[in-house]
Amino acid sequence: MAPLTTQVTARSTLAVLERNLTLYRRLWRASVFSSFVLPVLFLVGIGLGVGSHVGAIAGVDYVSWIVPGVLASTAFQLAVGESTYFVLSDFRWVRAYHAMRATPVQPADMVCGWLLYVLFRAEIAVVVFLAVTALFGALRSPWALVTPLVCGLVTLAAAAPTMAFSASIDHDSYFALLFRFVLIPSTLFTGVFFPVEQLPVVVRPLAYLSPLWHGVELERAATLGTTPPWPVAAHLGYLLVFTGAGVAWAVHAFRKRLQD
Amino acid sequence: MSEQPLIYARGLVKRFGEFTAVDGIDLEVAPGEAFGFLGPNGAGKSSTMRMISCVSLPTAGELRILGMDPSRDGTTIRGRLGVCPQLDNLDPDLSVRENLTTYARYFGIPRAVARRRAEELLDFVQLADRAGSKVEPLSGGMKRRLTIARAMVNDPDIVLLDEPTTGLDPQARHLLWERLFQLKRRGTTLVLTTHYMDEAEQLCDRLVVMDGGRIVAQGSPRSLIETYSTPEVVELRFGDERPADVLGKLDGVGERVDPLPDRLLVYAADGDAATAEVHRRGLTPSSVLVRRSTLEDVFLHLTGRTLVD
Repeated sequence: MAPLTTQVTARSTLAVLERNLTLYRRLWRASVFSSFVLPVLFLVGIGLGVGSHVGAIAGVDYVSWIVPGVLASTAFQLAVGESTYFVLSDFRWVRAYHAMRATPVQPADMVCGWLLYVLFRAEIAVVVFLAVTALFGALRSPWALVTPLVCGLVTLAAAAPTMAFSASIDHDSYFALLFRFVLIPSTLFTGVFFPVEQLPVVVRPLAYLSPLWHGVELERAATLGTTPPWPVAAHLGYLLVFTGAGVAWAVHAFRKRLQD
Repeated sequence: MSEQPLIYARGLVKRFGEFTAVDGIDLEVAPGEAFGFLGPNGAGKSSTMRMISCVSLPTAGELRILGMDPSRDGTTIRGRLGVCPQLDNLDPDLSVRENLTTYARYFGIPRAVARRRAEELLDFVQLADRAGSKVEPLSGGMKRRLTIARAMVNDPDIVLLDEPTTGLDPQARHLLWERLFQLKRRGTTLVLTTHYMDEAEQLCDRLVVMDGGRIVAQGSPRSLIETYSTPEVVELRFGDERPADVLGKLDGVGERVDPLPDRLLVYAADGDAATAEVHRRGLTPSSVLVRRSTLEDVFLHLTGRTLVD
């Protein structure tokens, strides 16, 4: 197998991105609204509602403590959500990838074009959310400015393997498994709403496996101006390796599905 | 410099596991030619087309498209082909025009050129008045015409059409044929698969008849008919009598007699003379039809089966 870099061309990848953005133009209003409303609901419902019973965690009021977590998990959920039905549908019903296959566009371009699109979507949601949380006074360090970058990495780390999964299945009922056993546990048990130290020691490594935990810890360190539990390079390194492996898997899955 | 074939294949094989879809075929398609693959479903036409489109690699044999090797230069070759697949894969949520412009971008065509090209092609396939409409509400024939326009967006050296009119109503088919005929007149090289004899006769300069993954005959529609059939065919029906029971009484009438489940086909140079002979022998068919030979007769002769199953 030729190395990945020889199979992606900027021209074809951008053409794929352009198609995705053209499609998005028809539905951006509804999606911007929902990608902004959901995290705010979380913030108000859990941050202020539950938070009033919780008090402070590690000397920080509960809202400020969960803001970075909700931020990372917004990127994570959007990445997984956008890489399921749309990808499967472009293989099975729309057959857009089959149409691209007959042109100079290669499977790696299809994967990267979609990842760029999901990244674009996630960054909009994250920046809007960040602006709202600033109004709550929940950002306590200028390092908060790097959170969109970390969110971008979380997005790619989550979207790439999800795309690979979507390209490997034939029926959308498999997504229920993904949502139940990956998406929801990831959101609940990776330090978004409570510290993973409260999990039993034996299940804690599961949280460490999730790219979301690394994202949450980096974001929290950034918005609160603290040090993350692992060295920053270790968290970033894990996210990068996870992304790289996910992209390789996705390209493999796309190629396998389109080739006979 | 002699004109090299746009498509060249020797001993081309495609296997899927145990199943051999294409079983060692030889092909040459010259520039400007309209070339057809004729055969029933499962004959290996689509598998061959997919190899020519460089989306499926041959299992064995030699294949050259535009003088290049698909396993090495697939991307470059695909950039110079126009593919109209058997199943429509238009973007249903994009407009008719956007379907052409986004597709043009896959070939690296600049936006302004893509827009101009889209207008020209929509005129050509008579969809200019639907340019802003979504694809979903279009009829089957319109979608097919849009797919053909899309296949031409990169001004391809070869246009590949996999069963272009399957599933369309007669009016839509005729409109499509007329457009393809215009393309052919402009000198575009067309390669198409079909299981309709009339389509092959109307559009193809040259065709191969495929059956069971092999080429069983090739030539122009006319030469195939001359080689494998007689100028005329008499179709005889005998009410309640089974064709097989009448067969013995037709010995020596015409050049050959084929019994089908519902009728007998008498192949003859002169259909009227053969009919006269049938009556002279005291047979009283319930209906008699004298017609010219078609590719269907060729196919029946070569494979013992009718083409449209």
